[in-house]
Amino acid sequence: MIGYIIRRVLIAIPVLAGVLVVVFLLVRLLPGEPCTALLGERATQEACDRFNEVNGLDRSIPVQLGIYAGNVATGDFGDSIRFSRPVSTILLERLPVTLELTIAALALAIAVGVPLGIVAARRHNSAVDIGAMTLANVGVSMPIFWLGLLLAYVFASMLRGTPLALPPSGRLTAGLRPEPFYQAWGMELSGNGIIAAGQRFVANMVTTNALLSAQWSVWWDSVKHLILPAITLATIPMSIIARMTRSSLLDVTQRDYIRTARAKGASERRVVRSHALRNAMLPVVTIIGLQLGGLLGGAVLTETVFGLAGIGTSLFDAIQARDFPIIQGFTLVIAATYVVVNLLVDISYGYLDPRVRIR
Amino acid sequence: MTQRPDAIPAIPDPHDVPAAEVMLDRPASVWRIAMRRFFRRKLGVAGLVLVGFMVLVAILAPVLAPYPYDVDFIGEPGAARWGPPCVHVLGCETTQHLMGLDGNVRDVFSRLLYGARVSLPLGFSTVLVAILVGAVIGAVSGYLGGWVDNILMRIMDVVLGFPSLILAIAIVFVLGPGIRNTLLAIAIVTIPQYARVMRASVLAIKEIDYVAASRALGASSWRILVTRVTPNALTPLVVLGTLGIAGAILEAAALGFLGLGAQPPLPEWGAMLAQERARVFTAPHLMIFPGLAIIITVLGFNLLGDGLRDALDPSLNE
Repeated sequence: MIGYIIRRVLIAIPVLAGVLVVVFLLVRLLPGEPCTALLGERATQEACDRFNEVNGLDRSIPVQLGIYAGNVATGDFGDSIRFSRPVSTILLERLPVTLELTIAALALAIAVGVPLGIVAARRHNSAVDIGAMTLANVGVSMPIFWLGLLLAYVFASMLRGTPLALPPSGRLTAGLRPEPFYQAWGMELSGNGIIAAGQRFVANMVTTNALLSAQWSVWWDSVKHLILPAITLATIPMSIIARMTRSSLLDVTQRDYIRTARAKGASERRVVRSHALRNAMLPVVTIIGLQLGGLLGGAVLTETVFGLAGIGTSLFDAIQARDFPIIQGFTLVIAATYVVVNLLVDISYGYLDPRVRIR
Repeated sequence: MTQRPDAIPAIPDPHDVPAAEVMLDRPASVWRIAMRRFFRRKLGVAGLVLVGFMVLVAILAPVLAPYPYDVDFIGEPGAARWGPPCVHVLGCETTQHLMGLDGNVRDVFSRLLYGARVSLPLGFSTVLVAILVGAVIGAVSGYLGGWVDNILMRIMDVVLGFPSLILAIAIVFVLGPGIRNTLLAIAIVTIPQYARVMRASVLAIKEIDYVAASRALGASSWRILVTRVTPNALTPLVVLGTLGIAGAILEAAALGFLGLGAQPPLPEWGAMLAQERARVFTAPHLMIFPGLAIIITVLGFNLLGDGLRDALDPSLNE
């Protein structure tokens, strides 16, 4: 097992390095100079030169890449050109929003997708099965930005004034300023180090922060703002998980050991719960891990539709403003998260299914 | 040896059949079995119907559409920006606009029909480019092996290291927005899938006897690749490609929605949605109909792809 993990990690390292190089080069290929994007189209040559010198953009690309890689290794992503603030600080504000959204969506997708798949498989070819699979097929074929707009229309416009009404945008009702959980706990921000970063990160996860500091009205408000985006982002993974659970369970229930379990008189409930499900879940676990890439891409669309200040929208804004450090830093963090999660999925798969470890 | 008259009728000797007939018969029946299996499944057929319908819409758009996609109705009686649908059967008396009017007072129904002429070719050609490039990379990689294989596959890993939409956004930004660059961006991010499938097919077949026989007979690598390896990779490529069209249309719509894909006045469905986003609450028809068009098309290709996989993949044989 350890050998398997080491092998997997060794494969992931060059991929991460490659991702860094690609991001760096891609950003350099973006049309337009950061200096004209920031200083305006009529910036003089001298102003641009000075700007490039200050930001280290006048050196050769390999040198820039080397310096950048070294900085990234120490957690320094540089300063945003547009906001003149460290990219890592901006990341601490934006990433929590995306993280909460993604986790809520994934949890929803699993909580609905797995039972739906199980019910569909147990009543194979029944109306329930056909209905569930039709839903799943439509779910994977739907543009999620369309679903988001539709949900916003239904819940914020058609149902306005009813108890079912939900807010169509933002993370909290405007004007609401929740207290950070560490202050509620009577603590201070501990300096500027990694602990303080962690504190701020958690405090920026609005729902979690409200939960930790027992601000229930804020918590409920943040949950209400999270429901529509989470449903929107969850639809595709939910459909995929439901389909996978169903087909995997159907496949497993045809195996000999299930027939054996039935033959020895186990109840149907027991057969499904302790024999079939356990094995059927293997491919489902993999498919859940593989949803992350789609979730991160979908987060850009969902955040755009619902006006959330997550990494998706800020990355998009940064690209339009040619804010190189933000584009680089954010893309890198997204891609690195993706690579690392895929690595964890590989490892967990090796743990669950020993056959994978060989080779 | 004497022959007994009451013997059971002899089983025809398979070797009596002329070789040419065997050769001709085999592939035909494999396809026939696949066809039969495909048409037995309702969902796959439903997918074929949906795709066929959309292809017809795309071809017949100029005939079916009441108006050209870029003509506005400014000044027409009853016509207004973001005007709601006006259907004669439902009692509307002014000029008929089945799906209403958009922000430029253009007929949404006509634009939607013409939209099929944007999305379908876009989906097809994206996948075609991705398959062609991916297949070459995969074939070279699998056939040559060694360091070439290693380098090519690591590059593919890096591409797969990005969430596909994020990489596609970045590529479109580098190349500039527009429909051709949308095509290229989505093709680039999907190349690794096809390269991997092709490479796996090459590896699986490289050592099989009939390929070894071809090689022993002096066939060139190129000839072996084209006549022996490619046909075997075709099934997974066709299945993956059909599903890939669905994915490509969705991603193109997403890029269009972000303002990076097709540019106005081209009636791309995602871009149509994006242009009228701010009107969601006052003119929902501008959002609902383009979305439905995307769903019907993508659903069609998804169902068709699933049906083809069930029909063509013998490992799923019941």
